[in-house]
Amino acid sequence: MKNVMSNKYVIALYTLPALLLILTLIYIPIVLSGYYGFMDWDGIGEMTFIGLDNYITLIQDKLFWTSTYHSFLLAIFSTASLLLYLAISLVLASKIKGSDLLRKIYLIPMLLSSVAIAQLWMKIFDPTNGMANKLLEMFGVENTPIWLADPDIALYAIFIPVIWQFAGFYILIYYAALKNVPDEIIEAAKIDGASSLQIAYKIKLPLISGIFKVTIMLAVVGSLKYFDLIYVMTGGGPNGASEVMASYMYKEAFKLNNFGYGSAIGFGLLVIALFMTWLISKLTKSKDDVQF
Amino acid sequence: MSEVSTQSSAATTLSAPHKTKKSYLNKIGFGFLYLILGLFAVIQIYPLIWLLFFSLKTNQEVFGMSPFSLPQDPQWGNYTKAWTSGNIGVYFFNSVWITVLSVALTIILASFVTFAVTRMSWKLSGLVLGLFLVAYMIPLHSTIIPLFNMYNSANLIDSPVSIVLSYTAFNLPLTIMILLGFYRTFPREIEEAAVMDGCSVHRIFFRITLPMTVPVLSTTAIINMIYNWNEFVFVNTFISSDNWKTLTVGINNFVGQYLTDWGAIGATLVISIVPILLAFLFLSDKIVEGMAAGSVKG
Repeated sequence: MKNVMSNKYVIALYTLPALLLILTLIYIPIVLSGYYGFMDWDGIGEMTFIGLDNYITLIQDKLFWTSTYHSFLLAIFSTASLLLYLAISLVLASKIKGSDLLRKIYLIPMLLSSVAIAQLWMKIFDPTNGMANKLLEMFGVENTPIWLADPDIALYAIFIPVIWQFAGFYILIYYAALKNVPDEIIEAAKIDGASSLQIAYKIKLPLISGIFKVTIMLAVVGSLKYFDLIYVMTGGGPNGASEVMASYMYKEAFKLNNFGYGSAIGFGLLVIALFMTWLISKLTKSKDDVQF
Repeated sequence: MSEVSTQSSAATTLSAPHKTKKSYLNKIGFGFLYLILGLFAVIQIYPLIWLLFFSLKTNQEVFGMSPFSLPQDPQWGNYTKAWTSGNIGVYFFNSVWITVLSVALTIILASFVTFAVTRMSWKLSGLVLGLFLVAYMIPLHSTIIPLFNMYNSANLIDSPVSIVLSYTAFNLPLTIMILLGFYRTFPREIEEAAVMDGCSVHRIFFRITLPMTVPVLSTTAIINMIYNWNEFVFVNTFISSDNWKTLTVGINNFVGQYLTDWGAIGATLVISIVPILLAFLFLSDKIVEGMAAGSVKG
């Protein structure tokens, strides 16, 4: 009877097109990226095999490690801001009026393209006419910063719109998870005389710890490969002050035509991202994970 | 995840007041919390209002007056200038058809795979599914140089084909993940009955399964649409001629030319984000549901 549902021809017809797409456009390229890393190549001419040279350069390249450090800084900031989102979600999910509307307002920046966000925030950070400095002037600040043009500030200035962009997304996830906590448990705790803080700390947080781990993973891995805003707003500048791994790779390959070295950086990014994925899942693993 | 939205709407009716002596203190506390939540909402939304304001202002107004001032004499001319003096119309059209085509392809291919993996029995199904799920973890930036080279040798650089293929491939993993959750909880009795009646697999898939999954398909379609509409790196890398640029890359170059004409820059940006905001206005529940589903399953 089940014969129809194990027809090999149909199975091939249904899975092969999608499978071919991800094999040729995702899996083969990552292998090629590692392979190109062994080449001296300008992207147009002949490739020359140079062995491990690119990878040795990469390990000794100060700029690469600086950009890696910047990527990790972003990862730390994003992860730390998760606590704020969690606090906001706890309040939102505690059956207050208007939580639906607020949640949607928070989400709006997430829906916009990185280019629109980047261009908007470049205007906000405009040293003379931007909203940021006009606000600071209203509060009486005299030496207003030049934001994206200041090497000491540029990177942190970009963190602000990145966090602004993703806040609503994480709040949405936490809110959904908190809404899945059964009402009976909360009611029972209330009857036993537990305060709102106790309920949040002792009941709700442990119950959504599984989701919290997922968001840590999303925030860290998302930060490590972050590119769009930085590329548009500063291009990694001024003078490398806001360079991250992906922007450094892009610059080497598509601006300086070092496709071989760029590939080596891209492969390094892949290895670091996968290693962090593994590390986080290892560190946050526990037997009593709650599955939703 | 579909229960999330129903629960959240039910939640508002459940606010049972607990009258205690602490209720005064509670009220103050609640007021304070509301203030923080409200402030956060202002931070999230005000930059966009400011954008809308300066898209209707003259430079004198932007430079001379407070960022909170309303446009005195709305400069709708900024919008006509933004729409007519560049290629915005072309970019806009490209964004629309590339997005629609990629979303359609992604959804049909993802449905095929999810159906084959969850409804049909074969030995390698676990491995194939695994390949799709692992692909989700791979940063697209690590693939971009080899992809550029592959498209280049296939003569697909500066062709929208490269964009549609890339969007489809990179959105398949997430789409399959969302579909999986739905297929796994969905009863198979109807399909099994159809098999008994001697239905062909194609008939079952197109006539029974696909129509039954329309709710989740629309959710994934919206999520895919937002991602594709906003995508930047692929177009920026693979497309060089103005004829095939999409809105994100187009406006990025276009805005750069203006430098100091704030009104025109603002109008261009507003034009690019209005479609998404309109979609959100009408489909916010679906979008919220899809965003939550995609992340939690991942």
